[in-house]
Amino acid sequence: MIINHPILGPRDAQEFTYLGDAALIDRPDWQADNAAEAFHDYLYLRDNPAGEHRELWFHEQGDRSWLVVTRNTVTHDILNVELARDVARARGRRK
Amino acid sequence: MRYSGLKVIKEALTGHNGWRPSWRNPEPKPQYDVVIIGGGGHGLATAYYLAKNHGITNIAVVEKGWIGGGNVGRNTTIVRSNYLLDGNGPFYEFSLKLWEGLEQDFNYNAMVSQRGILNLVHSDAQRDGARRRGNAMILNGSDAELLDAKGVRAMYPFLNFDSARFPIKGGLLHRRGGTVRHDAVAWGYARGADMRGVDIIQNCEVTGFRIENGKCLGVETSKGFIGASKVASCVAGSSSRVMGLAGMRLPIESHVLQAFVTEGLKPVLDGVITFGAGHFYCSQSDKGGLVFGGDIDGYNSYAQRGNLPVVEDVVEGGMALIPALGRVRVLRSWGGIMDMSMDGSPFIDKTHIDGLYFNGGWCYGGFKATPASGWCYAHLLATGQPHDVATAFRLDRFRHGRMIDEKGQGAQPNLH
Repeated sequence: MIINHPILGPRDAQEFTYLGDAALIDRPDWQADNAAEAFHDYLYLRDNPAGEHRELWFHEQGDRSWLVVTRNTVTHDILNVELARDVARARGRRK
Repeated sequence: MRYSGLKVIKEALTGHNGWRPSWRNPEPKPQYDVVIIGGGGHGLATAYYLAKNHGITNIAVVEKGWIGGGNVGRNTTIVRSNYLLDGNGPFYEFSLKLWEGLEQDFNYNAMVSQRGILNLVHSDAQRDGARRRGNAMILNGSDAELLDAKGVRAMYPFLNFDSARFPIKGGLLHRRGGTVRHDAVAWGYARGADMRGVDIIQNCEVTGFRIENGKCLGVETSKGFIGASKVASCVAGSSSRVMGLAGMRLPIESHVLQAFVTEGLKPVLDGVITFGAGHFYCSQSDKGGLVFGGDIDGYNSYAQRGNLPVVEDVVEGGMALIPALGRVRVLRSWGGIMDMSMDGSPFIDKTHIDGLYFNGGWCYGGFKATPASGWCYAHLLATGQPHDVATAFRLDRFRHGRMIDEKGQGAQPNLH
């Protein structure tokens, strides 16, 4: 698989390590009343779709940026690549 | 129709006209006591043991494709009982004991071959780990023997003992481990279940569950609605998709694991060897091909095929361990989809929906568990209580901090 890095261009997927579902960006509020339940779901439960999947890849052998890669889990086609920083900021995170 | 040596001779003399199909091909009835989703090894074993141990025979096994066409037909056929943790050890030991008596039990030649599994160690720390594991195995009633380098050399002189990077210091030998003819396991269980009245319904995809007031009433399928008092999902690899139809999210990711077979060779490897310094394991099939595999690819996948970098990694491991492999040609490779759970261990449990049961999360170790998985799932379905050796495989164990993490990796499925 070739991941089209937004800054560095096309890079071999072997340069990256894989974390999983990009929903991990949305860490629950630890002070909320339902924090224990929310962290259980956050840490252990996954949608695990067959088809389009937004997921976190870390460019460990490159510029060490985190990417959000939209990939089809049935065909392995990579459909979109964004910097995870941009995705997080768009969701209201400060960093 | 029971199989026997006498029957083979009789059929040979009479033109082989007396053989009959090993199972029927029935249409679904409107209502069953139990509907099992998934006609793989575990699903068929569950039907077999429900009928045989508990006398429940009004059962349908519904299968999207053909029986035995999923992971039971796509694995590297290894069976073993070499687990470390209390939640796993007794279960896999029970499974290995069932393997030992399986062929007599279901009157089918599954080619169970206890040819021994040798886990190599390459450092002092690994030897300590192997000793600890071996002791745990013995405590759980399994067998283990710690070999030094000389002992390994006597068994497999062709290994790369004096590699500067990963010298072989010894190995943990599990003599009762071995291999089983995987397809025959599915067929043997299917035949045994069918003989006892179980309906095996192929080409019948489950498209939804009918759930009313928190109770599961049956499944919607491509052949219409099938009612059931109990519905038992058994579709490892696709668990998230099927249970998603019931609105459940699971502690599982689906990952692809590749395996490989070489051209047929004369007998060179009479047991199973695993490399301790990389991810590579190898055995020789009865047809002569070397069967080997390595690690999962490491990203979510439902593709049933992997990518080349992992192929390279696996064969590098093979070359590091057995340099003579360099002359061998690979004939085939394939990928299977694994339910990778959050702690690397499986589930056999009820769900929060009344009448809906779940079996899955077998990671890359489902094949060896087939008999015990079927036995324990049948026990749960028939009695409502988990079997003694499967009490730890609960679906809610993460909520209560009772993980069974053999590898100690935490909630990162692609690292288990």
